[in-house]
Formats: sequence, structure tokens, C-alpha cells
Amino acid sequence: MFGRYLRRELGNRRRQTVIIAIGMALAVALVIVVNAVSAGVKDAQAQALASVYGVGTDITVTSTPQRPDGTTGQGGPQQFDFGAQDGSTSTDGETQEVNQSRLEVARGSGTLTAANLATVAKTDGVASATGVLSLTNSTFSGTLPTFTQGQDGTQGGFAGPGQSSDSGSTDSAPTGGADGAGGSSFGIESFTVLGVDPTADAVGPLSAVTLSDGVGLDKSDVGKDVAVLDSSYATTEDLAVGDTITLADTDFEIVGIVASTDSSSETAANVYIPLDVAQTLSGEEDALTSIYVSADSADDIDAVQTALEKKLENTTVSTQADLASTVSGSLSSAGSLVANLGTWLSILVLAAAFLIAILFTISGVTRRTREFGTLKAIGWSNRRIVGQVAGESLVQGLIGGAVGAVVGLAGVLIVNLVAPTLSASVGSTGGRMGGGTDAAAGAAPTAAASAAAGDGTGQAAGGFGGGGPGFGGGASTSSTTDIALHAPITLWIIAAAVGLALLGGLLAGAIGGWRASRLRPAEALRSVA
Amino acid sequence: MYQLTDVSRVYKQKNRTVTALKDVTLTIPDGQMVAIQGPTGGGKSTLLQMLGALDRPTNGAIELDGTVLTKLGDAKLGSVRGSDIGIVFQGFNLIPTLTAQENVETALVPQKAPAAERAQRARAALESVGLGERAEHLPGELSGGQQQRVAIARALVKEPRVLLADEPTGNLDEETRDEIMELLEGLWRDRGLTLIIVTHDSAVARRAQRRLHIKQGHVREVA
Ligand SMILES: Nc1ncnc2c1ncn2[C@@H]1O[C@H](COP(=O)(O)OP(=O)(O)OP(=O)(O)O)[C@@H](O)[C@H]1O
Ligand SMILES: [Mg+2]
Repeated sequence: MFGRYLRRELGNRRRQTVIIAIGMALAVALVIVVNAVSAGVKDAQAQALASVYGVGTDITVTSTPQRPDGTTGQGGPQQFDFGAQDGSTSTDGETQEVNQSRLEVARGSGTLTAANLATVAKTDGVASATGVLSLTNSTFSGTLPTFTQGQDGTQGGFAGPGQSSDSGSTDSAPTGGADGAGGSSFGIESFTVLGVDPTADAVGPLSAVTLSDGVGLDKSDVGKDVAVLDSSYATTEDLAVGDTITLADTDFEIVGIVASTDSSSETAANVYIPLDVAQTLSGEEDALTSIYVSADSADDIDAVQTALEKKLENTTVSTQADLASTVSGSLSSAGSLVANLGTWLSILVLAAAFLIAILFTISGVTRRTREFGTLKAIGWSNRRIVGQVAGESLVQGLIGGAVGAVVGLAGVLIVNLVAPTLSASVGSTGGRMGGGTDAAAGAAPTAAASAAAGDGTGQAAGGFGGGGPGFGGGASTSSTTDIALHAPITLWIIAAAVGLALLGGLLAGAIGGWRASRLRPAEALRSVA
Repeated sequence: MYQLTDVSRVYKQKNRTVTALKDVTLTIPDGQMVAIQGPTGGGKSTLLQMLGALDRPTNGAIELDGTVLTKLGDAKLGSVRGSDIGIVFQGFNLIPTLTAQENVETALVPQKAPAAERAQRARAALESVGLGERAEHLPGELSGGQQQRVAIARALVKEPRVLLADEPTGNLDEETRDEIMELLEGLWRDRGLTLIIVTHDSAVARRAQRRLHIKQGHVREVA
């Protein structure tokens, strides 16, 4: 009787059934789509992070940089000094061509030591740890006048304007130099270099890459002038395995090309070289810019973070969750859109659907007062009547849930077919900490600045970045990645969404049933059609 | 057999109380056919609700075949209604979404009869009121007289000892009224029921063995 009565009710009161089911379906579909998309965005964030920090990295440790006026010395002016022997004198005898490259710790980054790494590795809960040295290679090339009338006659100094020059050459050599008095032209190009430990492969920036050509760095590369290039950098610079690349006036043999596992994104740096070589060339013996840590288990991460913060002074210890907030670009906009609008919209629609179901059920019970009173009068128990009302609502919720699941799956399918591309800018720890406000501006990994003397010093100031915080920090460590959004569908999401619809039906049924149970059987006699 | 002792029913509303029944003492033996008459608002329906175990008196005791209804809880009272008492309403009170057959079957639900037995008994009840052909029709597809026949079948399918009817012909034309009355009388005679009918209609009342008149809650016998 229960089933037949239920079928007849739903079938004969189709409008109510359809309205309740549509409300539920809408809510369920929205919950499924929003959940899938937000899971997709989270995946994309993890992917963006993995391309920079490596797959197994749970925690990164970086030095908290000192103030620019502090004592670490990294905040000073960027300066190229050219001795008389540095260039080749051109045929006219008045200018010389210069080409000098230099490897420096990314501006604004503090450094850690090998001792710090040892401390980290010994900490309980740490599975493995590796240190990297993040550097910027800047190459200055161009033509300068010969400085025969310079301060001491043999050396021209150039310092970016906008800071007090300690070489003083621009003041005292009015006949030549970057102030434009003598007609010079030059360019500066920089790219990011990461010194990585060739013996570590469990954790670190190279754990998330795939080798697209040549070989990776391994134990035998310790102390050798070999480099592995990021594939998109190699493409831009037209470099291949077997070519050489010059870092700090040292030629490196390119032995391999790597790409991020997701081919559309860039890896953490443009060039990877053995850590010890990087330390020697940059003059930063024993120095590291960050330490990558993997924990024994996901449950340990917070404890390890706390322990590391206690043991290491002046450092920033970030977990993947902390780092996720450093992802910027349309990915993070999508993330907050889904998190805010999507979540609120689903809650709103869900609440509306629940309300519709409850109100319709109550009004249905009120309309059927005489019907339920009659059933009570002929002996139906309260339980049976409550069950009937609840059953009807539950089935309406179930229909809504089923339709909603289908619509939601279709919605997710459409999202995945369209696969909107999201760009993610990840400021790695060095850039994030050191870059100041400019670092977030998302400067391209390779910053090239050129200025022709005579254009005025203002432009040169822009190119060099002088003492400003933007150049070293932002340019050297931010990495932009394009990730196609893939919204994953899990059985769990579908089950939860349909469960919500059932809950809505049950709630409406419980409230409606409660109303029906309070009807007095005498009402059946009283309310005459 | 009904035994009512000093039964009163007072309806309390916010600022007034209505005494619908006042100290009614009454015995109705098994198998009797009783007509209840009286002016509107006199308390006829209230008395029928007491007899039908649909409501409790404010005071007094009601006994049906030795069971003191006034001492029973709601659930027990419900099962008395489900097994011993059949009720026919003025407005038919059929479930609009269920067929005639299904409407009749609802009366067997409290007895938890198996589906096959339920269907077969409902079918027999419909045939006994002359509606075997219309079993699969919805109430909306039946005339008033036919709907009341379905309601009577529903009241009788559980084979109750008592059949109560509150103005069963009030919504019907004269010809149909006579049909329904003949049907009820026939069933009463054949099955040895106690039949209690509330009616405004003296033509109906005259068919009864015994006539009661209720006015302002007081019951008196009509000679
Ligand atoms: N639920 C109730 N609440 C308040 N007053 C009620 C209620 N039910 C009945 N009454 C009052 O009790 C009195 C008797 O009502 P009852 O329905 O028994 O009369 P009746 O004889 O059946 O009248 P009618 O011929 O119009 O059906 C009336 O005054 C009525 O207003
Ligand atoms: Mg009445």
C-alpha cells in the first residue's frame, strides 16, 4: 500500500513533485560543479607549486631577509666594474666592447648555511632534505667609450642612478659613461640559476620535472661545469644539449633539458647547475637560499614545521598550505571565485531548495488535512502517516538528487571539455620574501634591460633596477604557469550531493510528517468538502 | 454494545466554552439501528465522534463491548477504529489519488492483511455495494452516489461490529439517497451490524428501530 499510495501521490500531484525535484536538482548540480571545480583549482594550485618546489616537498625553509639597510649586504647597489682589460677596444679607438656576466644571490634573499641543512635533516619527522642556492646570472654587454679621462684613467665605473654612487665615476667623468655624455650603448640580460644538490633526487625542485633531452644531474656531476636547462628557456634562447652557456664568465656544457611534468608550465629556474659549483662561482661558499623538506608522513607536517621554526632562527618555515597563498594570477582569482561565490551560491541554492521542499510539503499536508484525518479515522497509525509523508518527500529529494547528479556531471563534463586555462604565478620563497611589492608584479623570468646612453639616465634606472627591490627578487624567482583546469569528479562528491538532496527530502518529510501526526482524527468529520 | 455513562464534551476556545454534550447516559445494544436527529449545532457529530473513538469526552466513560474506550491511549484507540468501527462521512472522504479499489484497501492497512488477501477482500466489498465494475476508477470519475458506495465498502471491508454514518445522504439527491439507505439497511440486516446514522432527514430516520434527538447537548428518546 505504501508504495502504491506514494506512486499515486507523486504521479497525481506532479507539479509539486516537479517543483521540489527541480529545486533539489539545481542545488545538487551546483554542489557537484562547485566542488569539482574547486577540487580542480586546488589540483592546479598543487601542480603550480609542484612545478616550482617539486612533488615531494612538504616544507620549505628560507632565511628571513634582513632589511635593505641591514648588514647582509645583499641589498646594495647592483654594480658592474670594468677594468681596462675587460673589453676589446674597437677599431676607432674611442669605444670598447664589454661583455661580463656575474652570478649573484637573488636580490633580497637571505642565505642559510650547510649547518642549517644538517640541523633540518636531523629533525624528527623529516624524511629527507636538500638545499638549493637560487642565483641570478646577469650579463652586461655593450659598448662603452674608452675612459681615458676617467678618475684614474684606467677604469670606468657604472652604477645605476637612483642610489648614491660610490664609484663616483659618473660625477667625475663627464666625457663618457652612462649619463649619456659620451655615446655608449649597452644591454643587460639576466636569467635564473638554481644550484641543486646532484645527489638528492627524493625532494627538491627537480623531483617534479621530466627529462626531455640529454641527462639529468647526478652524483658524478659534483664539481663539474655542467648545466641542465628549462625547456622553455632553452627554446627561447635557442640552446640545445651539447651547447654551452656562460655563467659568471664560465662556460657550462648543457647536458640536459627538463620540462615540468605538466608541459605547459615552466620549472623553478631557467638553468640548473651543481650546488657546489654555484656556491663557488657566486662566492657564497656553504650558502643556501632555501631548504626543501619532505616529512615522514602528512600528519607530521605541522609538528615538523613547529620544530624547525624553534631550531632555526631568522628563517621562514612554510608548508605547502602556506605556499598555496603565494599562487597568484587567474588561477588564484578562480580559486577565490569558487571559494567565495561558488560556495555561497551553493549554500544559498541549497537553502532555497530545502525551504521550497519544506514549504511545499507543509502546504501539501495542510491541503490533505481531511485525507490524513480520514486515514486516522479508519485506523491508520501516526507512524504510518508520518512514514507516508516522509517517504513522499524523500522520493522527491531522490528524484531531485538523481536529476541533479546527471545535470551536475554534465556541467563538470562541459567544464572539462572547455578546460579553461588558468595562469598561475608562483612567487617562490626567495622572491616572495625579498621581492617586496614589486615581486608580485609577475616580472618575466628573464628580465632584459637595455638602454642607450643619450636616452637619459631615467631609462637606465629602470633597466637596472638600481637599489629598488623589484629586480632581483621578482625577476629571479617568480614562475608563471598556464594550467588547464580539470575538474575531477569523485564518487564521494556525487554521493554527498545526492545525500544532501535526500537530507532535504527527509527534513521536509519530517516537518510535514510532524504536522500530519498532530492532526486530530475528528478533523476528518469536521472539514466537509 | 455501547455503554455511555455521564458523557460530557466541552469545547474550550479562547474566550468561550461550548458544551456540545451534557451528561449523556445511553446504552446501545448490539445489532440495533439508531437514527440521531436534532437541530444544527445540537451535538450530533460530537456524539458520533465519541462513539467512533475519534475523540475523548471531557467527562464520563464510554464502553464498547466491555472495553472502556476512555481509558485507552491514542494508539489503542486507533486500533479499535481499525478493527471494530466502520465510519461513513457526509463528504465521502475518499483519497482522491487512489482508485476505488485502493481506497477500500486502505481500511485493511491497520490490520496488516497480506496484499493478495487485501485486494480480494476489497474487490468483494466493492461488489457487495454494486461497484465491481468501477474498481479501477478514481473518485473524481465517479458520481456522488458511487463515491458514497465506495466509502461504505471501505467502512465495511474490515467487517466491523459497528457502522457509524454522519449524514451519509446529506450530499446526495433524493433518488440516490434512497438507494444508499436501502444499501445500508440491507447490509445492517444481513450482517447483524450495529448501525448508527446521524440524519436531518425524517424519511431516513423513520426506517430506524430507535430514534434519538439531541438538542444543546441533551439526548432524549423519540417515541
Ligand atoms: N472542534 C470544535 N471546537 C469548538 N467548538 C466545537 C468543535 N466541534 C463542535 N463544536 C461546537 O459544538 C457544538 C456541537 O457541534 P456538532 O458538530 O456536534 O453539531 P451537529 O449537531 O453535528 O451540527 P450539524 O447538524 O450542523 O452538523 C456546536 O456549537 C459547535 O460549534
Ligand atoms: Mg454534524
